[in-house]
Amino acid sequence: MASATSDATTGQAQEQAQVPAPRPAPDRTGGPRLSRTADNGLKIVIVGGFGVGKTTLVRSVSEIRPLNTEETMTRAGEAIDDLSEVSGKSSTTVAFDFGRISVDARTVLYLFGAPGQERFWFLWDRLFSGTLGAVVLVDTRRLADSWYAIDRLEHHGTPFVVARNDFGDDNHTDAQVREALDLPDHVPMVTCDARNRTSAKYVLITLVEHLHALSTTARESAQ
Amino acid sequence: MSAPGTPGAPDRRTSPGRPGRPAHRKAPRPGRDDSPDRLYTVTGGRSRTHSDAFDLVTLVVAECDPTPGMQSEHAAILRMCDYPIAVVEIAAELGLPVGITRILLADLLDTGRISARHPRSAPESAQLPEPELLEQVLVGLRNL
Repeated sequence: MASATSDATTGQAQEQAQVPAPRPAPDRTGGPRLSRTADNGLKIVIVGGFGVGKTTLVRSVSEIRPLNTEETMTRAGEAIDDLSEVSGKSSTTVAFDFGRISVDARTVLYLFGAPGQERFWFLWDRLFSGTLGAVVLVDTRRLADSWYAIDRLEHHGTPFVVARNDFGDDNHTDAQVREALDLPDHVPMVTCDARNRTSAKYVLITLVEHLHALSTTARESAQ
Repeated sequence: MSAPGTPGAPDRRTSPGRPGRPAHRKAPRPGRDDSPDRLYTVTGGRSRTHSDAFDLVTLVVAECDPTPGMQSEHAAILRMCDYPIAVVEIAAELGLPVGITRILLADLLDTGRISARHPRSAPESAQLPEPELLEQVLVGLRNL
């Protein structure tokens, strides 16, 4: 989490002669600011039931402490800009966490931890259109919590991978979990420890490699 | 639920989709639990403008400093945009819903006080991102 900052500090202490490139001062979020040249924001959404470890996974790889924000919508699924409706019972609010990873000087990847419950999906188009892809984070003790999310991702045509967060008592085989999730063979499934940076990173790499394979195949077949 | 693969275990395809557990109740925080009346005041009572132009990850950069007499939310946004910052980060910092933040940003964009760098992955198209972009992302992730 704070490794970028502590690496820089260590570097300064050990290599006084070799002045490291000036780093932007930390901003209020406690992480580094974006590069001045950053101009392309990307999105990946981590979907899963409550308590499955979405925020933990985001925190493991984010360069900022995960932040939280919200969007308000009516029951009809229309996000609220007209505040006269907020006081009515027709509105509800969905909160979500996010973190970020600077990919390079121009590209920054935002990771959103989003609740999988029904009301959240009304906001999908408004919040997450243009999302590269999604990670469905599952607890194998509560697989049914993931059904709805998988259905909705398939409906939206959003590519995804499934990550089993290992809570230490997971005795199910991949085949059993695939069967219970009715997961097609072409959808990658990995086991992870959301608390572990390397493991969380591997989940994201699995997703982006999957997207890359899909994108390459789609372009080849279009030619 | 019973173990996966157990005969008679519920199945995603045959079971009606149902929401997960109730949403985790977050602790109250500034801005979050303000009355709608206050939020109405923040936006001057306006409803949707062309604020839809702002994606969650549109990066915003200030083009000027705050000026005296400026609405406090506008001034706060300008102060946090001296480096590029995403719409969703601005919303989180302000403690305001994303929709309200978008309206405030549209005000500032209209008057030339900010510029907006919109995501290049076309949200309208159902197309997958370019392989080249994904390769860039992979390099970034592997270097983490």
